[in-house]
Amino acid sequence: MQTFQEACRRATRFASARLGTFPLTVAALLALAAPAHAVKIERVVSPGGIEFWMVRDATVPLISVDFAFRGGTVQDPEDKGGLAEMTVATLDEGAGELDGTAFHERLERHAIELQLRANREHLRGTLRTLKVNQDEAFNLLRLALNEPRFEAAAVERSRAQIVANLRRQSTNPNSIASRNWWAAAFPGHPYGRPSNGTLESVARITADDMRDYARRVLARETLKIAVVGDIDPEAAGRHIDRTFGALPARPQLHPIPATSMQGLGSRAVFALNVPQAVVTFGGVGIARKDPDFMAAYIVNHILGGGSFTSRLYREVREIRGLAYGVNAGLMWFERAAMLIGGTATRAESTAETIELIENEFRKMATEGPTEDELAKAKTYLKGAFALNLDTSSKIAAQLVQMQIDDLGIDYIERRSAMIDAVTLADTRRVAQRLLGSGLLVTVVGRPKGVTSRGPGG
Amino acid sequence: MLHAMRRTVVALATLPLMLLAGSSGHGTETGSQVSYFTLANGLEVVVIPDRRTPVVTHMIWYRVGSADETPGKSGLAHFLEHLLFKGTKKNPQGLFSRTVATIGGAENAFTSSDYTAYFQRTTRDRLKLMMEFESDRMTGLVLTDDVVRPELKVVLEERNSRVENNPAARLAEQMEAALFLNHPYGRPVIGWRHEIEQLTREDAIAFYRRFYTPNNAILVVAGDVTAQEVRQLAEETYGQVPRVAEVKPRVRPQEPEQEAPRTITLSDPRVTQQSISRYYLVPSYTTGQKGMAETLDLMAHILGRGANSRLYQKLVVEAGIAVGAGASYYGTALDHTRITVYGAPRPGTSLAQIEEAIDATIAELIEKGVRQEELERARNRIIADFVYAQDNQSSLARWYGASLITGMSMEQIRTWQDRVRAVTADDIHNAARQWLDKRRSVTGYLIRQSGSRDDRS
Repeated sequence: MQTFQEACRRATRFASARLGTFPLTVAALLALAAPAHAVKIERVVSPGGIEFWMVRDATVPLISVDFAFRGGTVQDPEDKGGLAEMTVATLDEGAGELDGTAFHERLERHAIELQLRANREHLRGTLRTLKVNQDEAFNLLRLALNEPRFEAAAVERSRAQIVANLRRQSTNPNSIASRNWWAAAFPGHPYGRPSNGTLESVARITADDMRDYARRVLARETLKIAVVGDIDPEAAGRHIDRTFGALPARPQLHPIPATSMQGLGSRAVFALNVPQAVVTFGGVGIARKDPDFMAAYIVNHILGGGSFTSRLYREVREIRGLAYGVNAGLMWFERAAMLIGGTATRAESTAETIELIENEFRKMATEGPTEDELAKAKTYLKGAFALNLDTSSKIAAQLVQMQIDDLGIDYIERRSAMIDAVTLADTRRVAQRLLGSGLLVTVVGRPKGVTSRGPGG
Repeated sequence: MLHAMRRTVVALATLPLMLLAGSSGHGTETGSQVSYFTLANGLEVVVIPDRRTPVVTHMIWYRVGSADETPGKSGLAHFLEHLLFKGTKKNPQGLFSRTVATIGGAENAFTSSDYTAYFQRTTRDRLKLMMEFESDRMTGLVLTDDVVRPELKVVLEERNSRVENNPAARLAEQMEAALFLNHPYGRPVIGWRHEIEQLTREDAIAFYRRFYTPNNAILVVAGDVTAQEVRQLAEETYGQVPRVAEVKPRVRPQEPEQEAPRTITLSDPRVTQQSISRYYLVPSYTTGQKGMAETLDLMAHILGRGANSRLYQKLVVEAGIAVGAGASYYGTALDHTRITVYGAPRPGTSLAQIEEAIDATIAELIEKGVRQEELERARNRIIADFVYAQDNQSSLARWYGASLITGMSMEQIRTWQDRVRAVTADDIHNAARQWLDKRRSVTGYLIRQSGSRDDRS
């Protein structure tokens, strides 16, 4: 079901003033906002012993489920990159008694939305159903997770779609910039490998590999679940047991090797004949559990975060008109964390743009934010959280992220106080710590006056 | 399943934009008490209560889009949208955006062929503040060359990002231009580069004075509010803005009888995944006879939305010749619009084979119509979107806004479900015969430019 082309076409019909996240998608920033009010989160343990978090809301007769297994693309064997992505793409292409067509026919007939995806360290899934179809919805999810068929035709379909995507990405400047950034930052480490593999690695993947992967990763021990909507804990517990109860208790995960980010201070240019150069830049980030995390989050917000008032936005876009978008965000994994951002600008202004960005990083590292910036960032971050909780799906996603990050079920209540507790001294210390070690920059296009150079150059 | 993100984008774009009728009969609050009224100065107001979380979505929609531009000034509607963020006499230099950021709100704007809209999402207690700012910039915009010049560069970078860096988007732009022989929908919303480059501050101001007036706008407020509150706040803010222009009927040059199928080929060395797509000129919700757009929605769904659709089943699953195939209908338009069909071949399959398979699928639809069970499945799916939409105040606000601004009445929105239920298999068969006529179409081929040097390093 590839509708990539359509997405491109639609984009030409609409144009937006400001596309906050362009051109990079920085994942995992969601779990960070927080209202003083609102959602009542319950921790429930099913009769079968599976914990899940839920929010009951009978306003609209629907149920949203979000879940995550630890695993993700870092568990791909070294010579079989793309295995996780190919596995999740095939789980719903036939399961139990149903072939792929019958499976999708059931989903559609009952208007059930089931999506599975792999990111670096987790397999994530969402299920959305009308209340009246909940039995069928959970049953189809159960089949996909417990009895996937991995039939040859379905496997080849998934492979063909992943290969098509890889080929498309091979000449897409955003993909090239991003892939090369990760490869340079984590050479030889699973974090440095492309999540969807390569043409060669995807060609090697077999149905048995996928079965093995599913068996290793889909296990109860690392499972995090949220259920939101028009359902009570008893019914939810029964569904959860039936859906997840028969999975193995423990996963078999390869430990992720320790690593540290490489290439800080270096720059790599990849030639591609496009009018606009695409730039990915990044440096060290901070662990989610680090006591300075909130201070770092505030610093990033002021430097390059999502609002239209960040320093990078002002310098690069507002004052000089060098780019449509520029932003930066924090990402955190088990073994590494990074602050990563991107922009895109015409060939002749690429050097100026990169220099501006590097200057802003340096300036923030040495001086930190101002008192006024800190105060405004705090009110922003406190106020913005509510916007992440206004639909059932968003709440469910938030609850799973809070479980993954081990923030505690009362995190939403504590969050505002955590933000308020950050001092100017905290932000200065953490700005120096994060931003003082330089940036790794990748550029794709025909930039004028920008050349590759090593960390010393 | 692959490409969840992309599919989501498409789903939003292809959903009928008027899912949201009155009460759903489930005793729900959201979407069930929609109010509509008009202020003395002509501003229309829609209020959509959703009392679950203390958040509001505040949108102002103007009846002006790229199809209302003077020939030679393409991109002006969108450029002006960017400039609306530059400040007014009362709130100079981006004070509005800085305030939104400080309170933790989210904001943006978008332009289409038929409308321009601005929105903020904030906690409910900030609604009045947002209304004060937004009503102020309805007529109070102040522009200097110092802010206009860099913003023009931003728009050119946006064009680079959206179109010129992307061969598929370049093809789509050429296809739209070819589909509309006479209607201004053939112009890209973002504008042609050579015309954007010539836009001036004076152009923007003249355009602004012509179209930005309360009697040419619709205010939509969704979220934790009552109609009474919004009416009072609207009177105090927008109600004080005088009409500054008379609004003329939006009469655009219409399409002549189209007599010849057109084909467009875009070849580029960066095309690694070839594809074919076709646009058919068809009626919209506004131009179609009663029930026609609903019929086309169902027809496009059966033909090409998702894994059960005919195109996906025939090309991707059964024949195994494509990595993707589908169709979509964009019904929310003031004038005639389009149905899109597309397919992307697997390696070893030619575009001609894909086109042949698409043609055969469409010929079968024209010859034999649809099966009753297909129709029921599609109908269930489309009507279920109505319930899902009630979970999302932003979606509700957008759908009401886009529907009303392109000429639907509240009554038509309210009775949308009834018309979807009334569509018969015969209706779809007749619509297919009438509208899937190649003489009213343009077919685009995206191919790799052969014999070109590999321009990657």
